[in-house]
Amino acid sequence: MRPLALVAASLLAFSVAAQDTKKEIQRYQQMIGEGSPVELFELEGETLWKKAQGPKQVSLAKCDLGLGPGVLKGAYAKLPRYFRDADRVMDLETRLVHCMQTLQGRSAEDVLRRVFGNEDRPSELEYLSAYIAAQSRGVTMSPGTSHPKEKQALELGRQLFFHRAGPWDFSCASCHGEEDKRIRMQDLPVLANPRDARPVVATWPAYRVSNSQFKTMQWRLNDCYRQMRMPEPIFASETTVALNLFLTATGKGEPYRGPGTKR
Amino acid sequence: MNPLRRTLLGAASALLLKPFAALAAWHKEAFGAKSAPDALKSLGIANAAPSQDVLIEAPQIAENGAVVPVEITSNVKGTTSILVLIDKNPFPLAGKFDFTEGALPFVKVNLKMGETSDVRVVAEAGGKHYFATREIKVTIGGCGG
Amino acid sequence: MAAGPMKMRATLGGGYTEVRVLMTHPMETGQRKDADGKLVPLHFIQNLTVKVNGRTVIEGQISQAVSRNPVFSFRLRGGAKGDKIEVTWLDNQGETNKTDTAVA
Repeated sequence: MRPLALVAASLLAFSVAAQDTKKEIQRYQQMIGEGSPVELFELEGETLWKKAQGPKQVSLAKCDLGLGPGVLKGAYAKLPRYFRDADRVMDLETRLVHCMQTLQGRSAEDVLRRVFGNEDRPSELEYLSAYIAAQSRGVTMSPGTSHPKEKQALELGRQLFFHRAGPWDFSCASCHGEEDKRIRMQDLPVLANPRDARPVVATWPAYRVSNSQFKTMQWRLNDCYRQMRMPEPIFASETTVALNLFLTATGKGEPYRGPGTKR
Repeated sequence: MNPLRRTLLGAASALLLKPFAALAAWHKEAFGAKSAPDALKSLGIANAAPSQDVLIEAPQIAENGAVVPVEITSNVKGTTSILVLIDKNPFPLAGKFDFTEGALPFVKVNLKMGETSDVRVVAEAGGKHYFATREIKVTIGGCGG
Repeated sequence: MAAGPMKMRATLGGGYTEVRVLMTHPMETGQRKDADGKLVPLHFIQNLTVKVNGRTVIEGQISQAVSRNPVFSFRLRGGAKGDKIEVTWLDNQGETNKTDTAVA
């Protein structure tokens, strides 16, 4: 075979192999999704939602996640959004922490003590996130983007996404800003592109099989900052909520299919 | 509650729990074997024949070895038992499922795999054994987080 | 310590009843170190029993090589709406849990 034809043939074989790998990984993702323990977290979350806690010995049942007190169906799909009673944009975890304090009378110190759990003991917020997100299955993701504070947060989130900082001069865009990048076996989604943001936004929060832990968006953002060697963002801060809104808004329009199950 | 009644109830429930625990057999030798051939030998399985009727449905690549989904069907007529082994695991035998006529010889299970390895399924039917293998590549993905 | 939640679904279709059961269990291999660096002892489900209307149809023996928070799918011959399916597990430390559901 002539040299050029040989090169062409081997390049074709290489790209076919790459396509096969991608297909097999998608099959893995599909199969773990079909046999996932994530529902167990949803069940525990339901129990916690209904549990009387705090000095006021009241459950979270009247917590308003944006669609009215106690309305859970479709509420996650509308987050992050502006809340008048707090006068700020909030994501799910921020709103839960708010309800724990205002409804149940719990202190900030109490509710923020252990926001991220582990495989032996998931956190309350992780269980609650699983339960509440599940109530938005099938609902179109449509976070708030019209209120002035939502617009502000969206713009802040966009700037944060592209802002380079830290010892490595990384931004979110360093890994998630260019096509055809991957880390080991994971293709990196270009999160500023709706095409890639949509499936991501539709499958978080998620159960991570690699460490048997249920992970939320606040955790995901926190961990990205850690991986960029940047200072740890404050839980439920303006920064994290703005980034979450930017990502969710970029991925809006997708029917929610979580909570997800991931590697 | 009356203390005597409580004691009696406690003793009675302890007795009720015990039989299940006592009767539930767990093949220590087979599960403790360090190679697939040894595990099979300890179960008295000598000559398993390769069979196209033992089906293993699994992804060729697992993004993580902690959870590898495997779906097993035995179309060998009269299958009463299915064994699942992971050849390269420190203790290859992962499961033994015995079926009465009330169940199909089918199981889907999530397995832990230490490294890329063959998954081996052995079906027992009419005192004979049939097997199939399937290689699953195990990778570690992402940023390690 | 009370065992964590267990959930099961049994649906009729295609000539068999598909049973999917989710179990909360650490399935510790005895190789993992906890946050303080201590080895977590071997703790895993050893036995499973699947019953239909009180009759055992599947008995499983499994090892610590089954993933944490195991999820199993089984298929039962025939079946009818309302049949009672019960799944029980027993682990190496003598802990046990069970759940039942009606075929839908």
